Amino acid sequence: MNYLYFLYIEFLEKYNISKLFGDITFYFIPFCIIAAALLVVVLVLVLAERKLLGFFTQRKGPNRVGYWGVLQTVADAFKLLCKENVTPLHADRFLFNLAPILAFVPMFAALGILPYSAEFTFVNTRTNVILYLIFAVFPVLSIFLAGWASNNKYSLLGAMRSIAQVLSYELPIAFTVLSVIVLSSSMNLTDITLAQFSKFGITGWFVFPCILGFIIMFISILAELNRCPFDLPEAESELICGYNTEYSGMRFAIFYLSEYAMMFANSMFISILFLGGYLSPFGKYVSNSPFLIYFEQAFWLFLKAGILIFIMIWIRAALPRLASFDLLKFSWSILLPLSVINLFITVLIKMGGALC
Amino acid sequence: MTITTLKLNLGPQHPSTHGVLRLLLELDGEKILSCEPDVGYLHRGMEKMAEKMSYIQYLPTVDRIDYLAGFFYSELLCRIIENATGIELPDKVRAIRVMLLELNRISSHLLWVGAFLMDLGAVSPFFYAFREREMILRFFEKLTGQRMMYNYFVFGGVRKDIEYLDDVNEIISVLPEKINDYEKIITENPIFLRRTEKKGVLEAGKAINYAITGVNLRASGIDYDYRNQDSLYKGFDFRTIVLEGKDAWARYKVRIMEMRESINIIKQALDYLKKAKPLEQHLIPPVNLKLPEGDYTAQIEAPRGLACCFVRSDGTDKPCRLKWRTGSYYSVNLLRELLVGEYLNDAIAVAGSLDIILPEVDK
Repeated sequence: MNYLYFLYIEFLEKYNISKLFGDITFYFIPFCIIAAALLVVVLVLVLAERKLLGFFTQRKGPNRVGYWGVLQTVADAFKLLCKENVTPLHADRFLFNLAPILAFVPMFAALGILPYSAEFTFVNTRTNVILYLIFAVFPVLSIFLAGWASNNKYSLLGAMRSIAQVLSYELPIAFTVLSVIVLSSSMNLTDITLAQFSKFGITGWFVFPCILGFIIMFISILAELNRCPFDLPEAESELICGYNTEYSGMRFAIFYLSEYAMMFANSMFISILFLGGYLSPFGKYVSNSPFLIYFEQAFWLFLKAGILIFIMIWIRAALPRLASFDLLKFSWSILLPLSVINLFITVLIKMGGALC
Repeated sequence: MTITTLKLNLGPQHPSTHGVLRLLLELDGEKILSCEPDVGYLHRGMEKMAEKMSYIQYLPTVDRIDYLAGFFYSELLCRIIENATGIELPDKVRAIRVMLLELNRISSHLLWVGAFLMDLGAVSPFFYAFREREMILRFFEKLTGQRMMYNYFVFGGVRKDIEYLDDVNEIISVLPEKINDYEKIITENPIFLRRTEKKGVLEAGKAINYAITGVNLRASGIDYDYRNQDSLYKGFDFRTIVLEGKDAWARYKVRIMEMRESINIIKQALDYLKKAKPLEQHLIPPVNLKLPEGDYTAQIEAPRGLACCFVRSDGTDKPCRLKWRTGSYYSVNLLRELLVGEYLNDAIAVAGSLDIILPEVDK
């Protein structure tokens, strides 16, 4: 962030604007960047998901609005904007309105602390990882509030399932994150990224010492995101739409938006922990000017996240939904022990590396 | 401490009730304590309507009793008239009817496979199944001018001679491969197995008590297929698929195997039709058709169980009383017992596995 900061201050000094003003306004810039990028990312992701699902199921996907259907999500978003915001008669008005906001805010914060490249880390603290984990669990609170406040039985059941699911899948995530922390001896996401650097590119990635952890993490993240095959909280054929059954218009759009943004953020999080984050897979960067390198790094991160998202969509096209009890059993009796074993293995690897 | 239960109205408008079925569920958490099916939201008065119509006027409406297997019901009504007037069907008409009925059975089962997997949360098989079903419907459309309400069988024969046999040829050459594909992605899928094995176990005795017929009965290990006694199917060689599984998975497997068997029957009919001479049929003049006084019944093995038609004639050109017996009606009744003790998301799978079609239930 320093590089950008100095550029900005220098720019202001040219016009004799005080440094204090620059210090205050500078922190609005990342906010605007995230907000703008977020909209684009979500629009692209929704379209990508629908297109890919279309291709997987022998259809064309949306192909009417704009060339190749590119404007479909824009049109959908516009339609949702124009729709009436209905609040059910017996709903808890305050909580009902609060829930979408609570879904949106932590997602925004989570995106703010990820290192997109060596320069673009909007908020860099020493314990980024813990902060991210907290923000990533936050949406479940909004799901619960939405389900509770809607005063709808299907919503309530969806919220109930969601809580059980996130609680049981949070532990394996914590343990695998712990193993990455052990490997990199740091809780800072930038440091974790840099710890994966090696001259040969991908050989330094943490996915190799803890492949088990990567798989556990991926599965647990799928569960946390309520993605297929763990989409019980919004199981369409059982609970209509789960917790957001009663939502319409912009409030529904915000749920939708935060869901996809969280998917994007979580895939980036996995890429940072296991796939070398913004590091190039070849060991050195293609571009050579420092300014371009920052963008190239961001590109690598987005590419890695994109591949993970593709796999998530692929899984959605392929698998049926799990049964509710299997879901919990799978986490507590398989994933949790495995993640502990994974932690031990990584500790051994770390000790072995230190001894050598 | 008092335990409060949750009363949940599943339906009449719900994505996985396949129409307008209302299930009154009593839930403890997600466990179902009691289930009360409530039918009748799609009642169109098919039986009462018959009393005001002459037989030929009634014929085009019977396809609508089960919009997924229309041929079976027009075949039933035709059969009643043919039995009553004592007319023998020419061999070619028989072959045409058998071929169309079996194609219809496949299209109905295909839709079930897709919808069932949709209930279980898998999106893709629905589209794959519809792709194959589309081929069959296209053929029906070419032949009869309609995709679902065919009105092709008439008393004593068929409306016009069979055409487009190449299409049928293509369908039966493509289908076995595609069914193999479904089996690859569905049958041994561990999640699918967990969701369907030992779920919705229907003991043979209970099945008989509830008058369950068709696939659901055969999946409970009882060898009963009306096609074996059916004079229409005389001369066709086929197996009756019976599995001992009794659970939702067995019902799935029986349907898949039955599709293969139907392909077999179609092949035989097709071989006959390719060589057969142009159709010569002596249709029963439908105008002023009067059945002699008396009771008439006919039955047929429809995709969703045994379908029967009962007609009481008082000698006029309209039936005095007409009654349909359809398979789904009895399956809905079964939900009352089968869902109790299951969890909500298993309940959806179990209800889906019975293949309930609401227009058939409500008539």
